[in-house]
Amino acid sequence: MSNTDYFQLFALPKQYAIDAKQLESNYRKIQSTSHPDRFVNASAADKLASMQLATLSNEAYSTLKNPASRAKYLLEQQGIDAVAESNTALPMDFLMQQMEWREQLEDSKQAKDVEALEKLYIELRAEARSMERELCGLLDTEQDYAAATELTRKLIFVDKVCADIQQAIEYLD
Amino acid sequence: MALLQISEPGMSAAPHQHRLAVGIDLGTTNSLVATVRSGMSTVLQDDHGHALLPSVVRYAINGEVIVGHEAQAQQSADPSNTISSVKRFMGRSLNDITDRAHIPYRFVAGHETPTTKMLQIETRAGLKSPVEISAEILKTLKLRAEKSLGGNLVGAVITVPAYFDDAQRQATKDAARLAGINVLRLLNEPTAAAVAYGLDNASEGTFVIYDLGGGTFDISILRLSKGVFEVLATNGDSALGGDDFDHRIYCWILDKVRESSRNFSPLNEEDTRLLLTKARQAKEWLTDNFEAQIVCRLSNNTLVDVTLTAPQFVEITQHLVTKTLSPTRKAMRDADLSIDEINGVVLVGGATRMPHIRHAVEEYFQQEPLTNLDPDKVVALGAAIQANILAGNKNDDDLLLLDVTPLSLGLETMGGLVEKVIQRNSTLPIARAQEFTTYQNGQTAMSIHVVQGERELVTDCRSLARFTLRGIPPMAAGAARIRVTFTVDADGLLSVSAREQSTGVEAHIEVKPSYGLTEEEIANMLKASYASAEADKKARMLNEARVSAGAIIQSVNLALKNDGHLINNAEQQAIRDEVARLEAVAQADDAHAINQAVEKLNQVTEAFAAARMNASVSLALSGKNLEDIKL
Repeated sequence: MSNTDYFQLFALPKQYAIDAKQLESNYRKIQSTSHPDRFVNASAADKLASMQLATLSNEAYSTLKNPASRAKYLLEQQGIDAVAESNTALPMDFLMQQMEWREQLEDSKQAKDVEALEKLYIELRAEARSMERELCGLLDTEQDYAAATELTRKLIFVDKVCADIQQAIEYLD
Repeated sequence: MALLQISEPGMSAAPHQHRLAVGIDLGTTNSLVATVRSGMSTVLQDDHGHALLPSVVRYAINGEVIVGHEAQAQQSADPSNTISSVKRFMGRSLNDITDRAHIPYRFVAGHETPTTKMLQIETRAGLKSPVEISAEILKTLKLRAEKSLGGNLVGAVITVPAYFDDAQRQATKDAARLAGINVLRLLNEPTAAAVAYGLDNASEGTFVIYDLGGGTFDISILRLSKGVFEVLATNGDSALGGDDFDHRIYCWILDKVRESSRNFSPLNEEDTRLLLTKARQAKEWLTDNFEAQIVCRLSNNTLVDVTLTAPQFVEITQHLVTKTLSPTRKAMRDADLSIDEINGVVLVGGATRMPHIRHAVEEYFQQEPLTNLDPDKVVALGAAIQANILAGNKNDDDLLLLDVTPLSLGLETMGGLVEKVIQRNSTLPIARAQEFTTYQNGQTAMSIHVVQGERELVTDCRSLARFTLRGIPPMAAGAARIRVTFTVDADGLLSVSAREQSTGVEAHIEVKPSYGLTEEEIANMLKASYASAEADKKARMLNEARVSAGAIIQSVNLALKNDGHLINNAEQQAIRDEVARLEAVAQADDAHAINQAVEKLNQVTEAFAAARMNASVSLALSGKNLEDIKL
């Protein structure tokens, strides 16, 4: 069961563009059928099968729901590890951009400026959304996996900065 | 879905007999017990018609243990032997209790455990741990339920604050065990409230549960859709509640008294308790009135006569209200939701009766909160519904709860840093693996320290367990690959295993946090209260083994009949052979042999069970597709 295809599990076409509503509704259907609470009085074999499928569908759901991990998953299916240490190259302009974001984050954190942090967060979410749109084209239409790998790495970076902004807001709150 | 319906094994022969199960709200201030009767969740009352049992335990002079209203009435007269709000001390060490000076109990640091000590309270009945004191409350509720339902309980769902950590949860489970209650599940209080609300109002959408109890604050965000309750995020403060509002009033009274009397001596335990009680009454009075007069005479004859107005009360407690909004914002961020996406806000817990709490919630969420169910009872009502399901009284088209881990789980890495393996708010059940490596050349063992919390440093998180993986082949530093897997089941129980990838050496632990009681301590406590004869035990074990054998035979036969086509003839025959073997063994009087044969049959049917699970999931999904076509 460990090598079950996540898209197949949710009866979705294997592509980056995803019908989020369908994903959520099929996830709920699978949980409804397989969750351990449905098997409280069942045999140990049934309980094990239920636990395994419910665990798998939770993992698959969180992987497909998140745009960065979904791209990473699709690339893995092509034999590409987007976060491998050999995959370090990122264009200079992006690295500069990233440093700039980090500096803004640190400055706002020092100044305890939650509003500035929230503004930066919104800006980065918009950036992430445009990357996701671009990934749809690269993965689903052009099948340009090299470009998609680079973009996925960028998206992971942006997500990381976003998580750090959230953490800073939480810390200041 | 019919494929998955399996007859109940059960202790009783009749398959449709209703199994008695209850939901228990073990609260800081009050506790309740509820059950589902004729499809309706109902709170059970005591002989005097009281639904709420004050969570107060008194160890009386004659050795009697008094729980509830009577104990509460004697609190001021016998403060150090009358314990209230014990929930605040569950799974806590002396160092965790910061406001000790204002609590009229004699605390004692507990016995040493590998990482820390659980506090104890000195009473005239000896040293009592919070677990033992809570067990007295649970025993009282169990007795009430069994009397009212006329039979033994199969089990109970006990609610805990969503933000309770593993130590506090384990302490709650230990208390139940001590009270002789089989815990079907610990359920988060806000989730329980959502269940009661969701079913009552047949709601769909995204809901916030704001739960301010006597001692804890919880916020949960849930999505309700077609009977599935998915917890999106949960947050809170396990040391913030209605008690803190009482305490603010208490401090305010003291300030006033000091202003008016010159030589004011420190309070004794009786006076502290008296003023805290007066403070609580004033708080409750101010819910519907503009001012509260607080009058009493202290033991040194000082007369206290002060008047607290509603605006003054708001002023001295506004910071506590504000303090609830920080976890609220965190939960909203974790769920990635904005205010306008919230369909309803439910208030739970007696403390949400305070008008300034309601205003603050209304202002933040820009909508009037829902209060049509009694905030004191809603948690117990929801717990009873889940207990009914987990006892096996309902079929599989009913509601399903998808709960989450409230706090992140991780490992200690070099430099005392925490590497999170499972993030907070991950849906259960969950399994996550991460690879680690050795730090030194030739290192043959690795110590694994499991921690819970959001902070980066191990010292800021709570330690849950430690174990060691030995027998790693000597290699250069960084060459060994050790895969550590965290698994949390639907009950929230964490197990951690570590495996060196090249040799396959393994170590495994089921995490029992170090704050709970040890197995031995519980066994001793149980021994003191129940002495069970060896013969009885043997007969019971044989009976249990036969019941479970009968149940599995029945369910396997049914599965073969309905879904036999999913596997080939040889596989079917192998299962039939094992069924026949078990049937034969079950005739004899050897419980151990029966259990072994059950185990064997389980093993043989594992692949079949997995195939049936996949088939039923495909059916569930294709069912949906057909619906879509019809639309």
